[in-house]
Amino acid sequence: MDLLKATFKQVSDAVQTKKVSAVEVTKFFLSRIERMNPQLNAFIALNSKALDEAQAIDEKVKKNESVGPLAGVPFGIKDMLCTKGLRTTAGSKILENFIPPYDATVVSRLRNAGVTILGKLNQDEFAMGSSTETSFFGNCKNPWNTAFVPGGSSGGSAAAQAARLAMGTIGTDTGGSIRQPASFCGIVGIKPTYGRVSRYGIIAFASSLDQAGPMVSSVEDAAVCLEAICGHDPMDSTTSQRKVPSFSSELSSNVKGMRIGVVKEYASGRIHPDVEKTYNLALEKLKQLGAAIIEVSIPLTEFAVPMYYLIAASEASSNLARYDGVKYGFRADFKDLSTMTLDDFYSETRGQGFGAEVKRRIMLGTHCLSSGYYDAYYNKAGQVRRLMRDQYIEVFKSCDVILSPVTTSPAFKLGERSSDPLTMYMNDIFTTSTNLAGLTGMSVPFGMSADKLPIGVQLTGAHFEEQKVLNVAYALENVSSVKLEVPHVY
Amino acid sequence: MSTSRRGFEAVIGIEVHVQLKTNSKIFCADATVFDAADNENTSPVSVGMPGTLPVLNSAAISFGIKTGLALDCKIRQRSVFSRKNYFYPDLPKGYQISQYDLPLCENGKVKFFVDGIEKNVSITRAHLEEDAGKSIHQGDFTLLNYNRAGIPLLEIVSGPDMHTAQEAAEYGRTIRQIVRYLDICDGNLEEGSLRCDCNVSVRKVGAEKLGTKVELKNLNSFRFVEKAIEYEIERQIDEIESGKKIVQETRLYDPDKNRTFTMRAKENAEDYRYFPDPDLLPLIVSDAQIESIRKSLPELPLARYMRFQKKLGLSELDAAMLTAEKEIADYFEAAGAVCGNYKAAANWVMGDLLRELNSEKIQISKSPISPTALGNLILLIDKEIISGKIAKTVFIEMWKTGAPPDAIVQKSGLAQVSNAGDVEKMVDSVLAANASQVAEYRAGKTKVLGFLVGAIMKLSKGQANPDIVNEILKTKLDSKPE
Repeated sequence: MDLLKATFKQVSDAVQTKKVSAVEVTKFFLSRIERMNPQLNAFIALNSKALDEAQAIDEKVKKNESVGPLAGVPFGIKDMLCTKGLRTTAGSKILENFIPPYDATVVSRLRNAGVTILGKLNQDEFAMGSSTETSFFGNCKNPWNTAFVPGGSSGGSAAAQAARLAMGTIGTDTGGSIRQPASFCGIVGIKPTYGRVSRYGIIAFASSLDQAGPMVSSVEDAAVCLEAICGHDPMDSTTSQRKVPSFSSELSSNVKGMRIGVVKEYASGRIHPDVEKTYNLALEKLKQLGAAIIEVSIPLTEFAVPMYYLIAASEASSNLARYDGVKYGFRADFKDLSTMTLDDFYSETRGQGFGAEVKRRIMLGTHCLSSGYYDAYYNKAGQVRRLMRDQYIEVFKSCDVILSPVTTSPAFKLGERSSDPLTMYMNDIFTTSTNLAGLTGMSVPFGMSADKLPIGVQLTGAHFEEQKVLNVAYALENVSSVKLEVPHVY
Repeated sequence: MSTSRRGFEAVIGIEVHVQLKTNSKIFCADATVFDAADNENTSPVSVGMPGTLPVLNSAAISFGIKTGLALDCKIRQRSVFSRKNYFYPDLPKGYQISQYDLPLCENGKVKFFVDGIEKNVSITRAHLEEDAGKSIHQGDFTLLNYNRAGIPLLEIVSGPDMHTAQEAAEYGRTIRQIVRYLDICDGNLEEGSLRCDCNVSVRKVGAEKLGTKVELKNLNSFRFVEKAIEYEIERQIDEIESGKKIVQETRLYDPDKNRTFTMRAKENAEDYRYFPDPDLLPLIVSDAQIESIRKSLPELPLARYMRFQKKLGLSELDAAMLTAEKEIADYFEAAGAVCGNYKAAANWVMGDLLRELNSEKIQISKSPISPTALGNLILLIDKEIISGKIAKTVFIEMWKTGAPPDAIVQKSGLAQVSNAGDVEKMVDSVLAANASQVAEYRAGKTKVLGFLVGAIMKLSKGQANPDIVNEILKTKLDSKPE
């Protein structure tokens, strides 16, 4: 069995029929991590119990106990998700020694489905970034070319998946953090509808935007993984009670008669020619497969990025208040307690514990929520956000799925934009609207840049219409020239 | 009643924090028992660990609605939880989840009596929020106990409608009485399950503009509420008269010194950066839910107080005393229903029963004498089976043994002698033994009647029916002159 090409289903079936053991599969990926991770810095913590977990799956198989649809499939988990007994940092110094006494719901659902956890994946600090350069644990590199960023914030997940250091990974997406790195690294990534996946145990960045999702090698794997992690969670009041469809068995590449929307306002962005080429090719292919292309309009698109940064920073400023050195995590070392005030305690701990980008956003968010500014900023952004959501709902009456680029350019070089936050922010133009409107968004690899870096296309679907998005992605994957490509160095 | 003092008028508004006695916390399943070990009632959610989320406790909602209805508030069908952001070590998340601009209950009112005069105070709002933990300062360091963090609170905010310390204390007592009637809070000020923060300002009589307010905290009895406000009003008037300005601040009351002192100045009003908590959906309550809670409301203390006077014929004072606690009122009504003599039931409950309960520190719900038994005891008196005096002896026996009154009367032979023939025999024997007194009486010294009655009662060991004794004795003395 070629574990670099096998699907979740193939591996799980093989484990359940004892053609391969979960321990063998886990060992295979652990050895790849050992060999390649030093170059990539994708994993920032390894699960010392991974083989025990695999062993437990094998024991269950031996005893004919049920093991779940992902039996023996090893996953890497973004460090935003709490893992019981395994260090969870959100890529920050302030949590450098935090070991959660609980699993995030996504993690416990994966475990129930038979997944073994290999370890934790690098990311931008508190998911604030688009390049994984803001991580306290050092930047992560793009396996296609280590001079380039893997994207972010789920850069560790994308890099690990592209280099096949894990069979599957989980990322989180607040403004594009699953889709953009998936595009930069040539893998499949989906951010489900807001409310589809429980946020319990996922370190909060911007609560009204955050959503976790699979970052995997194929559309089918994405569907299988979604089935395992989606659905109402009594621990998260914002999860939907809706029934979760059987995404993988409903998967169909037939897009005949489907209406593919093209957003007029997206055309105004300055797009890299390689990205444009990939996007046009996808559009052409869908047309050939029998889909209808319709131009649609989201007039509020131009406000998406500013709205996103306002709302995300505001919520983050409050979400990150709990990291104060009192209960857990990093605490500044005070030599002389007698002269220390409470304010010193907080400002030293937080000043030393948070990185520059996180502090920038905390300050921005604190300002936006302050009295006298709240109405003009946070409140106004919330109002415009609702209007934009309504515009999308309206548009999805006339089309099934929207096709667009994921980002304005392919992966950029390490260090190229880290001193230029504004350019970095504008890179999020195609992805942020999805989170603001609570929609489904997905990135599928569909091309290569002149520099031999992957380029994906984005599919956006209406609320709870993951199936349609998956189906169009499945159709594109079938005709993609870069299907299941693995960086040649690995 | 004049409320002015030295040409000034005080304006008082009160925020009462009511700890709701739900079994679990407002946003997670932690227990809420008071006597748990330090940090025993905590979990990842209540200490604000990364990624944890609040889930609203439905019992807290119905307790909130219940109280809102009892305070005559309008219940919002859509209320919103916001985040109140500030840093303090006992606040685990760096924000408190609290209802802000859209509270569960609004625009209510409460009525009570101060020295017999009716007083109405408006309720601006009552909203749900979570309590913070407790800081225990020890020299150079501080210990934190998060057992209290996340206990549901209902904050009841009054309008600035009170003008004397007495009114304020009475308002506090009324709120306490109501929440105890509703059985949503134990109302224990010392344990902090009910906390009163008083906003006090003074202004020249006739002035429209409110003076600068000072918030008083640490008031763990209503007596202290009254004394602290008394002190504070005088202090503020002194300050103004000596040409100083009142500083907006929080002051703590020191009961030992009977004065208030500065806790923290609020000159730079803190900016709490409220915004709707994205982790919680708006709280939606239906008409049906509100109506079903309204139907389940018990008779409230004021209504009961009025009814006890109007329907049961009790005095203001007795009605107030008997309705102070729901359990006492319930007991009284049950005993009264058994015997039909509410006046007697009131006297027994307020007298002998409460005296015994208090001296042995027993809750009325655990009384060894049931309301039915007390009612039956009163019936024995009213049917003239025993005298009021014997009843006291029977009561003590009931208290000690828990036996029903008729059994005690029968067993100890305490029944009253009302049989005319038996009484007549006793009268005859006393008359025969006291011939000189009989002669005195007939000579016009009717005062000796008392002596003769006493002798007969003594002979009967107190069991002779005094009315019958009197009747027979008088007949014999008056109609049979020899």
